[in-house]
Amino acid sequence: MRTLLFLLEKEFRQIFRNRTLLAIIIAVPVVQLLILPLAANYEVKNIAIALVDQDHSSYSQKLVSRITASGYFRLAGYNRSYKEAYQLIESDQADLVLEIPAGFERNLIRENQQELFLAVNAINGVKANLGGVYLSKIITDYNSDIRLQWLQPSRYNPIPLIEITSSNWFNPYLNYQLFMVPGILAMLVTMISGYLSALNIVKEKEVGTIEQINVTPIKKHHFILGKLIPFWILGFVTFTLGLLVAWLVYGITPAGNIGLLYAFLALYLLAVLGFGLLISTYSDTQQQAMFVAFFFIIIFALMGGLFTPIDSMPEWARAVVRFNPLSYFIDVMRMVVLRGSGFKDIQYHLGIIALFAVILNGWAMLNYKKTT
Amino acid sequence: MKQFLIFVRKEFAHVLRDRKTLLILFGLPVVLIIIFGFALTNEIKNTKIIIVDYAKDLATQKLINKIESSPYFELEKSIRSHQEIEAAFREGKIKLAVVFPANFNTDLAHLHQAQLQIIADASDPNTANTLTNYLTMIVLDYQAELMQANQVPYRIIPETRMLYNPQLKGAPNFVPGVMALVLMLVCVMMTSISIVKEKELGTMEILLVSPFRPILVILAKAVPYLLLSLLNVITILLLSVFVLGLPIKGSILLLFAESTLFIITSLALGLLISVRTESQQTAMLISLMGMLLPTILFSGFMFPIENMPLPLQLISNVVPSKWYYQIVKAVMIKGLGFSAIWQETLILAGITIFLILVSLKNFKIRLA
Repeated sequence: MRTLLFLLEKEFRQIFRNRTLLAIIIAVPVVQLLILPLAANYEVKNIAIALVDQDHSSYSQKLVSRITASGYFRLAGYNRSYKEAYQLIESDQADLVLEIPAGFERNLIRENQQELFLAVNAINGVKANLGGVYLSKIITDYNSDIRLQWLQPSRYNPIPLIEITSSNWFNPYLNYQLFMVPGILAMLVTMISGYLSALNIVKEKEVGTIEQINVTPIKKHHFILGKLIPFWILGFVTFTLGLLVAWLVYGITPAGNIGLLYAFLALYLLAVLGFGLLISTYSDTQQQAMFVAFFFIIIFALMGGLFTPIDSMPEWARAVVRFNPLSYFIDVMRMVVLRGSGFKDIQYHLGIIALFAVILNGWAMLNYKKTT
Repeated sequence: MKQFLIFVRKEFAHVLRDRKTLLILFGLPVVLIIIFGFALTNEIKNTKIIIVDYAKDLATQKLINKIESSPYFELEKSIRSHQEIEAAFREGKIKLAVVFPANFNTDLAHLHQAQLQIIADASDPNTANTLTNYLTMIVLDYQAELMQANQVPYRIIPETRMLYNPQLKGAPNFVPGVMALVLMLVCVMMTSISIVKEKELGTMEILLVSPFRPILVILAKAVPYLLLSLLNVITILLLSVFVLGLPIKGSILLLFAESTLFIITSLALGLLISVRTESQQTAMLISLMGMLLPTILFSGFMFPIENMPLPLQLISNVVPSKWYYQIVKAVMIKGLGFSAIWQETLILAGITIFLILVSLKNFKIRLA
């Protein structure tokens, strides 16, 4: 026990001596939490639309004003021909072109049907798809209004109509930050703890001080614990700072029990730090440790369900995600913070993370050899 | 010149000796392409939903079949009452619930009006929105079928054409992004670390007192990374053509020329970081936090720039990868020529010259 305390004193001194490192631990999560949620916004709005109205009728004008008034679309240009409008798409100034052909109003009334032409820049598939869906909805609405104008109003609806009401639970105002902030915080805690612990032992190797520790009677588990505990505490500091930012800047407070979040964090940090230490014991230089850690952390972050839903992934990818500790943390953060889930809902996550922690730390301890 | 080549050989030896790092450098683009190409998609597929059907009649059965057969939804289970919805949401698996009230079919057939309710778990607002939209489309589709039977007049039929990417794949959007990301990583992180490492280990002094000109020491460091990066560009292009089936529409020569320009920009950035920092850890964390995240955020390949608040949009203009991303997209996906991208090229070149000048000004040949 006393050996451990001395080791801890040494580690803390080393951390507090390095001002840049401390600044990074404190400033990075705060700055990232301020910028990332604002930037990481998938909401599709401001779709730039180029209009080619060859009809110039009151109908076509009404349709145009409906589209621009919907809030989803921004008029990028009012062009005379499709060719002109297409150039706007080529130069990225427009996302889609709507062409209203000549005779739109006349044909609609006389022949009972009329086509509209839509061309969408589909390089960004999601945006294209949603833009198309929004526009079709506006056109459908507009269409039923015209129908109403021309048909005799009868006691019943002339055509069968299904009325759809939709409600959004847990986040009624569709606040995107409410969704992103908890996930981003989980990612930041993982990144910082992961990198720092990965760099730690290997630095002693590179500088050569590890030899001095190896010749002392310090036990392996003491050494690993001594490396682990300081970063464990720092992880708590980072997380708490992040929660404060979430509360003060975004007004987000957990709907569930905050103690439950910290309990999960305690286990989770052990797993991540064990992972970092494991990388550290396998690497010879800091550069190597950094790249290996980066390699895994970027995979964890991309496949953690932060940016894209895990449900949409193919079978094999979902199998890989099961080995991704970050995905469990992001999940738990969202469950507890947004939906107010309790212990019973996250006990599976807790069990898995405990398993990760035991395996990774045990492996790191076995792999650290006191002889070279 | 001969001296320079010897130095380049020394740097190559450094790079090639570290097998693990090398493996990561070449493994990373492959893994990223596979993840982005096959695992990550914003498309919504197989979302688990529950249905509360109080009507259990012909119309609801038809609608449920339609919902089930769409690729977007997967019916998890039918529950008896809407009170169970909240518990199902809390478990976190179900994203959407559809409630059919009793007498759905009778209302529809006789009153010509029926109601249904969609409840979405909006903790992820975007998915919730998209799911609601998809489900609405399915219902509207069903309604249109009913209408066709009734011969509805005055129909407007929108005909949609998807340009450049008719199957709405994710690849055209992210391949240019992955290129920017990998080049940034290799050039900025590797150069800055390799220069700072010489400082940290003290070998920089030896290099500086040699008769070799200091600036050439730095140049020699850049050469291996330039070549490695070009190899990475080739790997990514090969993967995207042969694995993802994404053809290169424009001129390959132009693409390589622009990539070389961007690599030089990144090398200059790495150089700047290395002259300003003293320890490897700091250099790494700065290049990681300061360069990689902006690349992911501000290049526009993951998040649309036009949605960001104005200050962030302004910041995105100084991020070189944004311009490179636009260039690659124009050349590779749209097949445009140099005349369409000369402005972006000019901006990128301007940033590069600026970075080189600043780092040369800060470059000290004496160590403290």
